[in-house]
Amino acid sequence: MSGMWLHRKFEEHTGLLIFGILFVSAIGGLVQLLPILDQESLETAEANTRPHTALELAGRDIYIREGCSVCHSQQIRPLIAEVERYGPYSRAGEFVYDRPFLWGSKRTGPDLHRIGGRYSDDWHRIHLLDPRAVVPGSIMPAYPWLARRAAPTGEDMAARMAGLRLLGHPYTDEDIANAGAELDGLMEIDALIAYLQSLGTGYTEAGP
Amino acid sequence: MTEVAPAKVYHDTIVIRLIQYSVIWALVAMLGGVWLAAELVWPGLDFGQSWLSYGRLRPLHTNGVIFGFGVSALMATAFYSVQRTCHVPLFLPRLAWFCCHAWQLIVLLGGLSLLAGHNAGKEYAELEWPFDIAIAVVWVCFAVVFFGTIATRKIRPIYISNWFYGALIIVIAMLHIVNSLAVPVGPMRSYSLFAGAQDAVVQWWYGHNAVGFLLTGGFLGMLYYFLPKQSGRPIWSYRLSVLAFWAFVYSYIWAGPHHLHYNSVPDWVQTLGMVMSIVLLAPSWATMVNGIMTVSSAWEKLRTDPALKFIVLSLAFYGLATFEGPMMSIRSVNVVSHFTDWTIGHVHSGALGWNAMITYGTFYFMAPRLVGAELYSRRLANAHFWLALAGTMLYIVAMWAAGVSQGLLWLSVDEIGELSFDFKDIMASMNPYYILRLVAGLIFLTGTFLMAYNLYMTVRGRPAQRATVPAVAPAYGVG
Repeated sequence: MSGMWLHRKFEEHTGLLIFGILFVSAIGGLVQLLPILDQESLETAEANTRPHTALELAGRDIYIREGCSVCHSQQIRPLIAEVERYGPYSRAGEFVYDRPFLWGSKRTGPDLHRIGGRYSDDWHRIHLLDPRAVVPGSIMPAYPWLARRAAPTGEDMAARMAGLRLLGHPYTDEDIANAGAELDGLMEIDALIAYLQSLGTGYTEAGP
Repeated sequence: MTEVAPAKVYHDTIVIRLIQYSVIWALVAMLGGVWLAAELVWPGLDFGQSWLSYGRLRPLHTNGVIFGFGVSALMATAFYSVQRTCHVPLFLPRLAWFCCHAWQLIVLLGGLSLLAGHNAGKEYAELEWPFDIAIAVVWVCFAVVFFGTIATRKIRPIYISNWFYGALIIVIAMLHIVNSLAVPVGPMRSYSLFAGAQDAVVQWWYGHNAVGFLLTGGFLGMLYYFLPKQSGRPIWSYRLSVLAFWAFVYSYIWAGPHHLHYNSVPDWVQTLGMVMSIVLLAPSWATMVNGIMTVSSAWEKLRTDPALKFIVLSLAFYGLATFEGPMMSIRSVNVVSHFTDWTIGHVHSGALGWNAMITYGTFYFMAPRLVGAELYSRRLANAHFWLALAGTMLYIVAMWAAGVSQGLLWLSVDEIGELSFDFKDIMASMNPYYILRLVAGLIFLTGTFLMAYNLYMTVRGRPAQRATVPAVAPAYGVG
């Protein structure tokens, strides 16, 4: 049987086996990833989508640090119940400044993609420090340390923004220079709230 | 640390050490899991400590299980079986020892860095860039030891278990390197090279296949060595195993986008991911059938042999999880299961029922042989078996119930399109299921503690046996 002849080749040559596995396993990834990475519409921002400000970026990094995306998605599916509950479904163009993406895989708590502007800053402050004070029965952890720790320095944020500019985020020299002033005197909780309030504002149904 | 052995003796001390590390990580990471389960019932259990907070402890749990418990077990069983299937001691044993200890250091320091909040933000790839580089280096060393051993083998054919371990090493290297590409902006901070929707597709190509090639492929390597060994029966169809191998390596890699159904990625990639996920059922079940048929003339051994019991049960859960996975990847099923506890249940039917069970089986197999003694207690091992089975079943059932009701209640709208239920009320209704899951985790963890004690008493004070390399039958010899 001809198949057995081929099988013997792989079975008796280490190098061939390594190459065979590499080649066969790479095909699916190449077919899916290359067109996706080449698709311009996935890299094109929605009309109202802008890069995160220094303060929002600091907040986003705190969101990642605390593992918020473990329990909260940022992805509203185009289903009637989801649009009813959370707002307009998520568009790819809203995420072009998200490195990494934070769509999540689990909703222990609700989706947060359109949480921006839904509650006041004060509500968020109370909720983050003592979730059950405003949402009885909530099982979200409290984050008291966010109110005790100062937001990152301007220097730190400048380095982060410079890194993102390298990846194509349109930050101006002025944006980077002003990072310090933007964060001056603020705590981590302020940065996180600024980020939460910015979520989902990159798209408006009326259009630009 | 180095083992001075004549060329004709297998390096087994390193296998014992890796088993010990693996068991320690299993206890730590599963304890973390139980604690997380308890936090979902009593959210105050983090005591206001950032490092004990749910979002920081959760990546420690997943990384500890996958990279601590799982990879240490894979290294242990790979080193054990590759020597015996190649009739040659490990290639570069000092490098093997480096892999063993450097890997433990990565898991330990990486785990601490996760508790400190250094998180790259990608699931199952949370460790920051210095760790990513260290992982790549150690992984390449692992590859050199493993493939070096194969290249210096004394038996002409390369046995099937080594194909699976080889696929694990090669594909995980490819996935890890691409998905970790990032621009460092500080000693412990980086931003992904990919953004938004593109990042999502890259991440789930990685995430799904880390499951595919680490938690499935690597552990199938275990299956193909330890199942025939322990049952005393040859693989039912060697041809089927080879066919299933190539089908598995080819088709698994396509399935990632089923994690992104109805998300902001193009339809074609979702549909392709779904179709290939269903195709994947064929090689998965071919392997399961091959395993069941292998053991089918040795059922009577199941009554007396705890190691074989674990391995055969793991095969059943492998069949269950690889059936459930393709079903959940169908878009109209996924619309209910996505974002719910059903996913968590599915993961655990694989992680507890398949990965942990087969690992326990191989540990019960190897430990007595490695030190040349009987297992300390067969009764404890049997108790462990029933605890593991009960814990896994309760876990899965609780999460099925939680996940299906979550999914349906979230989607439920009345006749005029208004939402039927408030999110808060649905969340609150999960409480009984979360308590059941906590109990299930405790039962499973208790079993693991029993095994740790049993293995400790078995190997305590006993050095590794000097297992000599047997002669090779001329028909199978090299050149």
